[in-house]
Amino acid sequence: MGMMPSPFGTQLPYEEKELKVVGTNPTERPDAADKVTGRARYAADINLPGQLIGKVLRSPHAHANIKSIDTSKAEKLEGVKAVVTCDDFPDMPVQHASGGEIMINFRDVTRNMMAREKALYDGHPVAAVAAVSESVAKAALKLIEVDYEILPHVIEVVDAMAAEAPLLNEEQFTKGIEPAPDKPSNIAARMTSKLGDVEAGFKQADLIIEREFNTKAAHQGYIEPHASIANYTEGGDAEVWTSTQGHFMIRAQAAKVLGMDISRIKVTPAEIGGGFGGKNLIYLEPLAIQLSKKSQRPVKMAMTRDEVFRASGPTSGTNIKIKIGVTKDGRMTAAEAELNYQAGCFPGSSLPLCTPTAFTRYDLENVLVIGHDVVCNRPRVAAYRAPGAPMIAFGVETVIDELAEELNIDPIELRLMNAAKEGTQTHFGPKLGPIGYIETLERARQHPHMKEPLGPGQGRGIATAFWNTLGMETSATLNINQDGTASLVFGTVDVTGGMRAAYSQMVAEELGIPFEKVRAVQSDTAALGFNFPTVGSRGTAAGGMAAVKASRDAIARMCEVAARIWEVEADQVLWEDGHARPASANVGDFEPLSVAEIAAKAGFLGGTIAGHAEINVTGGGPGFSTHIVDVEVDRETGLVKVLRYTIIQDAGKAVFPDYVKAQFHGAAVQGIGMALNEEYIYDENGVMENPGFLDYRVPVASDVPHIETEIVEVPNPNHPYGVRGVGEVSIIPPLAVIANAIYDAVGVRLRDHPMSPPKVLKALDDAAPREAAE
Amino acid sequence: MKKTHVTTTINGDHVDFLCEPTQTLLDVLRDELQMTGTKEGCGTGDCGACSVILDGTLVCSCLVLGLEAEDKEIQTIEGMAAGDELHPLQRKFIEHVALQCGICTPGLLIAARSLLEINPDPTEEEVRYWLAGNLCRCTGYHNVIEAVIDAAQEMRGN
Repeated sequence: MGMMPSPFGTQLPYEEKELKVVGTNPTERPDAADKVTGRARYAADINLPGQLIGKVLRSPHAHANIKSIDTSKAEKLEGVKAVVTCDDFPDMPVQHASGGEIMINFRDVTRNMMAREKALYDGHPVAAVAAVSESVAKAALKLIEVDYEILPHVIEVVDAMAAEAPLLNEEQFTKGIEPAPDKPSNIAARMTSKLGDVEAGFKQADLIIEREFNTKAAHQGYIEPHASIANYTEGGDAEVWTSTQGHFMIRAQAAKVLGMDISRIKVTPAEIGGGFGGKNLIYLEPLAIQLSKKSQRPVKMAMTRDEVFRASGPTSGTNIKIKIGVTKDGRMTAAEAELNYQAGCFPGSSLPLCTPTAFTRYDLENVLVIGHDVVCNRPRVAAYRAPGAPMIAFGVETVIDELAEELNIDPIELRLMNAAKEGTQTHFGPKLGPIGYIETLERARQHPHMKEPLGPGQGRGIATAFWNTLGMETSATLNINQDGTASLVFGTVDVTGGMRAAYSQMVAEELGIPFEKVRAVQSDTAALGFNFPTVGSRGTAAGGMAAVKASRDAIARMCEVAARIWEVEADQVLWEDGHARPASANVGDFEPLSVAEIAAKAGFLGGTIAGHAEINVTGGGPGFSTHIVDVEVDRETGLVKVLRYTIIQDAGKAVFPDYVKAQFHGAAVQGIGMALNEEYIYDENGVMENPGFLDYRVPVASDVPHIETEIVEVPNPNHPYGVRGVGEVSIIPPLAVIANAIYDAVGVRLRDHPMSPPKVLKALDDAAPREAAE
Repeated sequence: MKKTHVTTTINGDHVDFLCEPTQTLLDVLRDELQMTGTKEGCGTGDCGACSVILDGTLVCSCLVLGLEAEDKEIQTIEGMAAGDELHPLQRKFIEHVALQCGICTPGLLIAARSLLEINPDPTEEEVRYWLAGNLCRCTGYHNVIEAVIDAAQEMRGN
């Protein structure tokens, strides 16, 4: 597993101290002025001299054998400079690797970017062209003749698991079952997470509730479509500018599928227009490189929105069963979950990452979670903000709501009675360190929101969430410039726009210089060693730890220079408040030296000053949140209106508090959209029916209310500033919290997602049929 | 495809360009004129990232043909700041953390400016409904709405 914590990892202990920069809101965010003036450069904004435009031909079929592809007519069209199909890429053997928050297999990676023997979903690439203009490229696509043999397809996870389901891969046998099965299956793997003995646990229960839930696939919905521009040089190197959360990961994947040395590819991450987990896999990059190699010209490619929906992302649609047992006095005795997840056309859903979230926030002795990773004729799923977790919480947190009602215990109280705390054994391995779960519940209980009166048709819900923070490989260089300013070169992509500021704040705090004197600059893949992509809420936490370590390294170098100036030993110099100072009066009577004074003399006294960090961060701290929502349900239309929303989340330490709150807002609203409207809809041929923002309806400004936020700060003991990941946790509760509020409003439990007007109306009618319209 | 010569005014500057009959105003701005501040999020008029002002009207430039720009006045994000002086909306967006990834920001700013020109003192609800044509996936809109209301107040001089 690429995501297991390394035994050689780095943790920097939390130090409680007075802070000057960390914890304040910087007025000048490094990325902001260019973004508000339209000058920030996203991948689609970059043009190279002589560039061609690349376009992709995609399968219109959900499942088909590709008998032949004839590109000859397209190649002859005037203005077409290159055409590629799977024949232009080597076939790859089975080889597993980490793809960010999900696992990938290069046999499948190469087939996902360009279909080989089979098209496995509507939108699957089958060929690509590069031409002098977009109109010529589009015309060329129409001239490519593909002979498809249409095969039976399967879209829904439950159907795909059936014994008689059409098989996507005849050579796939379910892993994780003993003895190994002798028949192939769409179930790629069975995964188990176990603690104690659930059978014994359920025997101790006075009340057991078991429910089944179904959720639809939902897309990350970043507003910027995927875009890449590549230039294959005469010397056999490739330079790529692309929209990605992890340029080092993209480089490694592209090198592998192209059969190139990693050193031959340089990837520069452009400003990213949203990713949310969906921009960690290669899609356009290797196609653009190969088209550039063939045409000997730079090639620019951008997806349309239709292509984004049909062929990137989304998160898994699921079928989930949740069973929880409690005693009369509210003690949870056992919990069980079955998680059936769509992986899309290739194995590798987010199950390994989201399974640990299932019951982690409750102090349980007996847990069993079984997951099935299931292939079906949909685009290969990608990570989506706390990948896979909102759907599990939908089940768990609504079952807990039911239990609370049956037991006549307040839902916050029931959670508090069973709340995880420091020392609680998790069902995925470690015991929890200091966490802020109970604090979020206590604050929710006391929040003024809980006392607001509700009107008719209105209801209130509560739900909670856990998400872990990834660490992983992280590197950074802090260059101390000749004038005493500092340039941080970082490689953990700033996906939010706030990370550059947060990194600069931490460096300024360490060095003791003003925030304005630090600039954080995002590196390409040539300037730093490998950085894991910005996933798993690791950006500010892990990237920040590297920035701190690089700062401390640079400070050590500056103390050496100061020692040489004073002609003392380096250990006789300490760093305090932005200056080198004698460690004690015995060292001598020297005026403190500022960064600028040291930098000015550094060249002669040892050379350029820089600090480095090349580490594997293992100090990510678990994050928890509690949400409160009020909704109003329209009995006539089934429309659920969100009236009021409150988020209480443990950030460990908010480096840039206004930005942390902004992360809470964004995560919750994505969750609200997922809860109420967002879903992939397929027709009977397995063709996506709503690949656009008109029919795949993400929340707009008038859909959502004012959102209240409270930051809880229980420091992460393994981070120098106590930081926990903050970006993902708050996308988890919305499905559950809204379902609980709908129940409170109208007495109907919704277990099928999304809770869109037709579903809500049907549920209301099923529960209490309205009088037939005369 | 044969191109046609178009003469127009963008942010007060006289501009000539050649465009294919199928090219949208968005394509022209981005690909022919290298004015990439206007963004493409969908190409179907659903996301508002390509919002520009055309003869005083807020439009999605992906729904306007390049040829239709003949003799028109177009305002884009590139013309919003006065030299190095940011427009109050731009400043307030930064101050209120009303942008994250920033891809929707030019469109939101253009749309918000057109609102404040028509209605200098909008209610929160009016701002939310006016901006309902501009999708933002990062912010959840909360800070965007606050920034617009704050900018409106400043622009009214109180």
